[in-house]
Amino acid sequence: MNNAAYDGAIVGAGIVGAACADEFARRGMHVVVVDRDFVGSGATAAGMGHIVVMDDSEAQFALTRYSQQLWQELRRELPDDVEYEQCGTVWVAADEEELMQVRRKRDYYGNWGVPTEVLDSGRLKLLEPNLCEAMAGGLLVPEDVVLYPPCAAGFLMKRAQERGAELRIGASVVQIGQGRILLNDGREIRAEIIVNAAGAFAPELTPGIEIVKRKGQLVITDRYPGFLRHQLVELGYLKSAHSVSSDSVAFNVQPRRTGQILIGSSRQYGAENKDVDSSILGRMLRRAQQFMPGLGAMSAVRTWTGFRAATPDKLPLIGPWPGDKSVFLATGHEGLGITTSLGTARILVDQVTGAKTAIPIEPYLPSRAAREHLHA
Amino acid sequence: MLSDVTVMVNGRPVTVPSGTTVAIAVVIAGQACRTSVNREPRGPLCGMGICFECRAAVNGQPHCRSCQMLCEPGMEVRTDE
Repeated sequence: MNNAAYDGAIVGAGIVGAACADEFARRGMHVVVVDRDFVGSGATAAGMGHIVVMDDSEAQFALTRYSQQLWQELRRELPDDVEYEQCGTVWVAADEEELMQVRRKRDYYGNWGVPTEVLDSGRLKLLEPNLCEAMAGGLLVPEDVVLYPPCAAGFLMKRAQERGAELRIGASVVQIGQGRILLNDGREIRAEIIVNAAGAFAPELTPGIEIVKRKGQLVITDRYPGFLRHQLVELGYLKSAHSVSSDSVAFNVQPRRTGQILIGSSRQYGAENKDVDSSILGRMLRRAQQFMPGLGAMSAVRTWTGFRAATPDKLPLIGPWPGDKSVFLATGHEGLGITTSLGTARILVDQVTGAKTAIPIEPYLPSRAAREHLHA
Repeated sequence: MLSDVTVMVNGRPVTVPSGTTVAIAVVIAGQACRTSVNREPRGPLCGMGICFECRAAVNGQPHCRSCQMLCEPGMEVRTDE
């Protein structure tokens, strides 16, 4: 493919695509990013925007921690509109059983050098006075961050462009493979490699990828400065996020710099339309009020939906696609794409260039699914 | 005959005829209802609960639409929070 116009072409200008473009460009490769809408228009704009360490699995922990460290390095370069706030996460334990999980989580994070603080009910009340009295305690993870994802994606894309990357927006991709991207107006882009970073829509371009849409809904309130200080997540969230079939809601709130409060979360499979679902919205808000009764008196200014790209084993797909040697995947990040965008970009470009990766890549390789089929 | 009601606007008493909205009491007190994100003073525009420009804290509850509330004796209204 000596006639390729680009070293790489990336489909999707969400935060993952933008981070990949930035990383390719940083290493001197000439890349183009193609998106049918605009930078950060999909799940990037719809999500909450947390930089969190998660321990569902060792591989998830490794990628989230690595990525969080990359965000910490990037922090000083981020413009003000990214609203990077290291507010920390508090995992809220509703009862004694969940307090056991708090201790387990503390030990796990501690073994990997991630600082935490176990909170008894009194200390929790002091840190978050608007949480309901009945909570048993919690775990503070002080290095967790919230930010405003569309501006973070915009920053990464702009920096990529300053490093020579090109951006084509309003271009809908109908087909990728064999070193070319076909656009819906009949034009073609040739590149040595193609990165499918189309999030939940990735299977439309690479049939056979095991990704399904997992719909989520969020609410944002008017400004109530001081009401909430940390990101709060119920420990029961893990049960909710683990459920692989049914609809679920879990308490997850974030303070924004404006004093607004972002309220989540919900997860739905098989819901293809973008409409707000008032029944699941009601369940989500009732759940939130069980933890923070004061939320009930607040005004919501907006509610919306988005689609997470969910994989069967809850790990993203990062690396070569076995079906076409010119195609690489960077998708399947479910609810962690903002956090893991930077780590994804590093280990993807490491694979393309043959560089050594900072963390083991095997758990994220798209070929793992094929391997599991062989063993099944 | 209408009786009078006294409410507190930013700590100062304002006496109005009963049946007066909180928004009007704020205007009589010479105050803006709220300050926008760009630090501009804002006050009642539509007067019918649609524009949200008359929001103020009433009895400790922020973002109340003051044009949709009637003054009650002893009400605490704050526009400076």
